[in-house]
Amino acid sequence: MKRLSLWLTAVVALLLSACSDETSRSRGVYMLLDTSGTYTKELDKAQQIINFVLAKLEPGDSFAVARIKTGSFSEKDIIARVTFDGQPSRANQQKRQFREEIDKFVAGVKPSAYTDITGGLLQSIEYLDEKNPGRKTVLIFSDMKEELAAGYVREAIPLQMQGYEVVALNVSKLRSDNIDPREYSDRLAYWRQRIEAGGGSWRVLNDLERLEALFLD
Amino acid sequence: MSSGDLFLLVPGAPLLSGVIWLVVGVALLYLARSGAHQAIASASRLLHHACKLAARSILLAEQRLKQRNNEVLLAAGREAAERIIEREFERIDASVRRDLAEYPALQRQMSDAITRLEQDYHASSEVPPEPPAWAKVVDAVAKIAPKEPVVGEILEDIHDSMVRAQRTAIEQYRNDNSKRHRILSRMMPLWRKVARVLGEMDKRVTRLLERSTAIDRHMASYEDILNRSPRAERMLSSSSLTQFFIAGAVLAVAIGGAIINFHLIARPMQEMVGGSSYIMGYKAANIAALVIILVEVAMGLFLMESLRITRLFPIIAALDDRLRVRMAWVAFLFLLALASIEAGLAFMREKLSQDDASLVASLVGGQGEAAAVAANVWITTAAQMGMGFILPFALTFVAIPLESFVHSSRTVVGLVAQGLLRTLAFLLRLSGNIFRHGGNMLIRVYDLIIFLPLWVETYLQRRRRTTTESVLATEESS
Repeated sequence: MKRLSLWLTAVVALLLSACSDETSRSRGVYMLLDTSGTYTKELDKAQQIINFVLAKLEPGDSFAVARIKTGSFSEKDIIARVTFDGQPSRANQQKRQFREEIDKFVAGVKPSAYTDITGGLLQSIEYLDEKNPGRKTVLIFSDMKEELAAGYVREAIPLQMQGYEVVALNVSKLRSDNIDPREYSDRLAYWRQRIEAGGGSWRVLNDLERLEALFLD
Repeated sequence: MSSGDLFLLVPGAPLLSGVIWLVVGVALLYLARSGAHQAIASASRLLHHACKLAARSILLAEQRLKQRNNEVLLAAGREAAERIIEREFERIDASVRRDLAEYPALQRQMSDAITRLEQDYHASSEVPPEPPAWAKVVDAVAKIAPKEPVVGEILEDIHDSMVRAQRTAIEQYRNDNSKRHRILSRMMPLWRKVARVLGEMDKRVTRLLERSTAIDRHMASYEDILNRSPRAERMLSSSSLTQFFIAGAVLAVAIGGAIINFHLIARPMQEMVGGSSYIMGYKAANIAALVIILVEVAMGLFLMESLRITRLFPIIAALDDRLRVRMAWVAFLFLLALASIEAGLAFMREKLSQDDASLVASLVGGQGEAAAVAANVWITTAAQMGMGFILPFALTFVAIPLESFVHSSRTVVGLVAQGLLRTLAFLLRLSGNIFRHGGNMLIRVYDLIIFLPLWVETYLQRRRRTTTESVLATEESS
């Protein structure tokens, strides 16, 4: 009898421990929106991407959208954030609310003078590390040209991105890129090097028709 | 220094070194010839015998397995035949109870009908009319005196009286006849009733006779099984194989049904147990859906067992009849409850799908399309609810092919094991022969390698023999 109770306890403990792997199978997505200069005009595309991500995420997943502006290493820059409930119907309600928040933001957004991509990335790392999902994805909707205000220190900060997948979306070419295309490729190479040096993976997705590729396992 | 250099006896002359090694090797092989031959021969003999022994053991095991399979087969056949005969007897019992229990009533009906027929028969018998007494009087008067006028008058009176009596008698006769006809026409339904009762009796008796013929047939095959006749074994074996494949096919269909059922309830289960929790790497909702389906199958099994349709659990079959019926009701009620739950889940699934569709439509801006889809959505909702309700009951019948599959698989697995053992025994015997002939061949190859010293040896022996013979011949001649 004693042995049986021991066995039962072991089985229950095993089941309970097996139940606890809820987070390891979920997905966490953090999207950075560039609101500097003329890039605000591109925000309707960002809305499409957000809607697409919302449609693809499942109960238990986490999603946050934050803006990149002069100083982005701040929780105040997170426009909307959510961890979807386990119940699909409740998760759908949360998705609707999330979309409304984004719509509201896009309607009243004002362009910022600078672009602190590194600060945004650091904030995304903090958020996703706290959520600790099974898959961590950072989407950057930007031209990837970092412009920092005087006094902001970002260059020397290493990015700890082990297990992160960073996807640059809709990286538009600037006028200077047209004059010297090497600037564009250098810019992308710089970010690739920074992300990969931090242990993350990097890719660029400019064709928004291929958004499905974001969710291919 | 490479490993090849170790064998280079004469530096810079590999060919010479090779020749020296060859000579040394051949010389060593020649010296070890007798021992090597014995070693090869004994090794091949050893392996040959080991393989032969192993093959024989396996064949013995195969024989034992075959015997056991036959016993299992015959036991299963005996059980099945007993069950069939028992069912036939139960049917006969029911038939006798149903049909022959009414026999006294039928007999009473028959005897009543016959008594009434007898009465009617007697009542309809014809009473011969009384011969008129006047005939004798007329005869007497006619003999008196033919010329007397009084006689004529008397005869005239008698004639009138006779005519009147005749008329009355005819009238009476007609009345009686019509009465008899009425009685006879009343007898007709009685005759028909008797014929019907007799026909019914005949039918029931024929039915009983047919049942008894079937029982005779089953008893003959039962006796065959008890006598372990090869015919019975053959029939049971082929029937078992057929059962195995048919039951397997039906089970595959049932598994397909269970998979559909699973997909029907897995998604709505997320609403109940959450869509993000996992148990041992699998979604808790999927496991919950699977458990519901397995519980349904288990309830179906218990229901079929309680109804004595299957006999997978002897303990249920041995239960008291009242308890068994109660258990059947409990299993049925559980099934009904689970079927209702499934119908509800199917409804919820449709609602969730609609919600998802409307969300996606609102996200991508295609609300019109979603509205068009929603127009005929009640058909799929009703279909899904119907399937959710029916499938649990359909899964109940899995018990029947499952029982056949379990029973027949014992025979099939036994046959397969027999085949494997036989193949293994054949391979071992083949290996044994290969070892034996391989040993002989190895000895020949050994001799072939050292053919030169052997040739020299033979040559020297022949020369010595010739010398000895010539010496002996010289001695004899001198």
